[in-house]
Amino acid sequence: MLDHILSILIFFPALAAVLGFVVHKDSMRSYGVAVSIIEFALSLWLWYAFDNSVSGMQFMEQVALIPAFGINYIVGVDGISLFIVILAAFFTMIGIASLTDTKDIKNMIITLLFLQMTMVGVFFALDAIVFYVFWELSLVPMLYIIGAWGGPRRIYASVKFFLYTFAGSLVMLVGMLFMAYFYYQATGQWSFALLDWYRLILPETFQLWLFVAFFFGFAIKVPMFPFHTWLPYAHGQAPTIGSVILAAILLKMGTYAFIRFSLPLFPDAAVFFMFPIAILAIIMIIYTAMVAYAQKDIKQVVAYSSVSHMGVIILGTFALNVEGISGSIFLMIAHGVVSGALFLLVGVIYDRRHTKLMSEFGGLAKVMPKFATIFGIMMMASVGLPLTINFVGEFLSLLGFYQQSHILTLLAGIAIIVGAIYMLAAYKKMFFGEVTKEENKNLPDVNKRELIALVPLVIITIWLGIYPKPVLGPINTSVEAVVELMHEKAQSEEAKKRIPKIVEDIVITKTSMKEAH
Amino acid sequence: MLSPINISMESLNLMTLAPMLIPVVGALLILIVDLFKSGQDKSMYVMLSLLILGIDFAALLESAGVFAKDGTVMGVFDVMLIDGLAIISQFIIVAASILFIPLALTQKRFHEFAYPEFFALFLFMISGFQFMVATDNLILIFVGLETASLALYTLIAMHNRDKSFEAAVKYFTMGALAAGFYSFGSMVFYALTGSIEINQIASVLAANNYADIGFVLVAVVFMLASFGFKLSMVPFHTWTPDVYEGSSAALAGYMSIVPKIAAFVVAMRLFEFLIHSGVIWLEVVLYVMVVVTMTMANIWALVQSDVKRMLAYSSISHAGFVMAAILIGTTQSNSALFLYWILFSFTNLGSFTMLWISRQKNLPHGQSSDHSFDKFAGLVKTSPLAASIMALFMLSLAGLPPFALFWGKVYMISSAVTGGYTVLALIMALNSAIAGYYYLKLIVYMFMKEPIIIHDGDVSVTNATLPLKTIIGVATIGTIFALVAVNPLLEFITAFVYNSGY
Repeated sequence: MLDHILSILIFFPALAAVLGFVVHKDSMRSYGVAVSIIEFALSLWLWYAFDNSVSGMQFMEQVALIPAFGINYIVGVDGISLFIVILAAFFTMIGIASLTDTKDIKNMIITLLFLQMTMVGVFFALDAIVFYVFWELSLVPMLYIIGAWGGPRRIYASVKFFLYTFAGSLVMLVGMLFMAYFYYQATGQWSFALLDWYRLILPETFQLWLFVAFFFGFAIKVPMFPFHTWLPYAHGQAPTIGSVILAAILLKMGTYAFIRFSLPLFPDAAVFFMFPIAILAIIMIIYTAMVAYAQKDIKQVVAYSSVSHMGVIILGTFALNVEGISGSIFLMIAHGVVSGALFLLVGVIYDRRHTKLMSEFGGLAKVMPKFATIFGIMMMASVGLPLTINFVGEFLSLLGFYQQSHILTLLAGIAIIVGAIYMLAAYKKMFFGEVTKEENKNLPDVNKRELIALVPLVIITIWLGIYPKPVLGPINTSVEAVVELMHEKAQSEEAKKRIPKIVEDIVITKTSMKEAH
Repeated sequence: MLSPINISMESLNLMTLAPMLIPVVGALLILIVDLFKSGQDKSMYVMLSLLILGIDFAALLESAGVFAKDGTVMGVFDVMLIDGLAIISQFIIVAASILFIPLALTQKRFHEFAYPEFFALFLFMISGFQFMVATDNLILIFVGLETASLALYTLIAMHNRDKSFEAAVKYFTMGALAAGFYSFGSMVFYALTGSIEINQIASVLAANNYADIGFVLVAVVFMLASFGFKLSMVPFHTWTPDVYEGSSAALAGYMSIVPKIAAFVVAMRLFEFLIHSGVIWLEVVLYVMVVVTMTMANIWALVQSDVKRMLAYSSISHAGFVMAAILIGTTQSNSALFLYWILFSFTNLGSFTMLWISRQKNLPHGQSSDHSFDKFAGLVKTSPLAASIMALFMLSLAGLPPFALFWGKVYMISSAVTGGYTVLALIMALNSAIAGYYYLKLIVYMFMKEPIIIHDGDVSVTNATLPLKTIIGVATIGTIFALVAVNPLLEFITAFVYNSGY
């Protein structure tokens, strides 16, 4: 069974979704929870069976789909994708478990299970077309979730979300087709397999163009400044579950794809674009932090802070060294946990008051002490307080980029401090002071169902903040392989210099060990 | 004294005519049946037509086998040309017809199906299309084209609504103009080269190194205009939405597939050598035409308030997209054309059939046209299955993976990349994004809006019967599981196209 565990992980939720059409709607929630628990358990089993010392792909499967055109169903997992998939399974589980009274709950859960299939598929796919299939397919359930269960401007938000990402991905598709064509020219065979592409060394000019083509697809998904305008709408109108999944998992597809595609395929181009992208990332961090400060709606604050932190992930990725990339992957998971939790928390208060305006609240710490505590912990984690999960990722990302540029890193660091200001201000507005509104006096505190969803997140936040090694170890191993590959493939002097050589370091330590002897 | 002509029957190779003659004989049979006992039920004629088309399909399998073994076969004084293109396109024509004809078995009574002439004309039309693709003789192409078109005009007019007559007359007028252009273009070619066979024309022109380039260009302009009408390329597209709106949804779906594949094959035969001859001007004109057709049709489709008109513009846009294959002119692009069109047939016929089964006899209050967007608002509430299937077709048309059309799109854009048309590839990709909006619009109406018009009963299936549902089932399965079929199709098509020398 372990030979096919990846396919099982991908298609189990889809199968469950199809069978879900038969389940009666009163039992649908339990069905959804049960399915997602099984899926989560399977993903944990994968982690258990995963060999931490191997840097390459594990549990690979290959089925020919269109061999005449080089399209094959290839899936595999390494340290980079493993934890994001576990995160996806985890968030689908607590997302379904914490679903409050939703109309058409049956459709919602079926949609969520389909969405889970696409999410898991994206992170396991090792064939560009299969990747693209899942990548595009993930738009449809999300479109439906925002469009059918969202706020008053849901249709505008969902269509904007869909078209933005769709347009970007089509440019990426052209890039993929070019990549396959170059492979065809080099070898005489069509192939969309990522591992085949890794072996292809392209001239720098080609790399630049292809990098740009892929960049459109990924940057819109992340979303990077200036392509971020769809996200606040999507978050603003989406139901809680939609925002949670969007922030925790779907956005990670973009940053993950940068590491999976852009960096190893186009190392020279990555070095060429390092500073422009870093500057974009820093603008993104500062600008969205400032916008977040100006928001009146707590959900928008969380949304913009989420964009801001995605900037740090990008910065870490484009540090192009092991610290930076490992840090950015860890931060992806951290950001998933923290912003997912924050959106859940906003959902909790929205369910009670049906408003998200901060001016409507105030003094909630007195009325809802448990809620205030959890919100406080998560907010601190979001700000990057040491000993919380975000700190590890942010620190490593910045440390990585510090080796490339001191000034830019300093700017980013300052921006993170700015980030603390808006979060603390928002917290102050909502939780401290006197209870001014009559409606807020008797708000019930978090109930059991909500605690089931929130407490594990708090535990993870603190656990991985204190002891990140179980997650960071496998990530590091795989990232070293990626950086090594990039260094090997890089052609320009600049790129060789910027991307560190890993193997040599080991050789040096070996010789130094000999000397020590 | 004329000397007697001695030609052995062997050399005529009459078997090449078999696939075209089967529908003709079938059509005559239907007329004879009517002669003996009129007033038969339409179901009898439908099944009879199905059987005849089945035999036709079997005959095609036979000639495909011959082609795979011996290569291109000529027959009947070398007028018939049974090459890979002819065989694949005939497969598409006959298969799409097989999927179309059961759509006559509707719940509601539509009077055109009461006439046996409808089915006879339908079979004549198929035979016309088959002749058109299985020759490179400009006159026989013309004969086939006119046989098919005249039958088609009548089929449209038989739908018997105000707009149907308008549509038929409009189509007829435009078709007559196109025929005029076509004959004038052929005449110039004949004057230049003394031949009406496309390969002869090509070799004569190549031999004198395009000395009379001015006249060649005149001929090409007329041919382009003629095929522009048939393929509904902008700016010759104006008839399309009106004709689609006037004809029944089923026939409109059929028209968006079969006449166009026939015209594509002829265009491929004709323009291929012209593009490769290095007549740079033609390439520019075709390039502009392809881009404008794709883009403008997409933009017009955005503002339609009727689903059928939207689909009409979308089919124009798809035709432009596919026309790019002829511009690129490589084996890969020509194979992509056929792959795309096969996958497109399933999805497009499916979506038009969905309109067909929701066709009401009389418009309810507040509904402006037969298939307005408002009619489909909130469909997911009343019939989730119909809404899901319709959404599936829309997603496939938008090119969302892993549904049918995505694979056609990928292969087509890839052929543009391989052929060196980078900008065109990008334009094609971005056009798919624009198209995404109007396909999404229908999904938004069905899934995210509340019902606007109060219908009595379930509007999505007013016209449904078991045969119609079967066709939709076939189209749905074809759309979802296209992935499985792409590889064998691709190998088959590529082999046939390559061995025909395209």
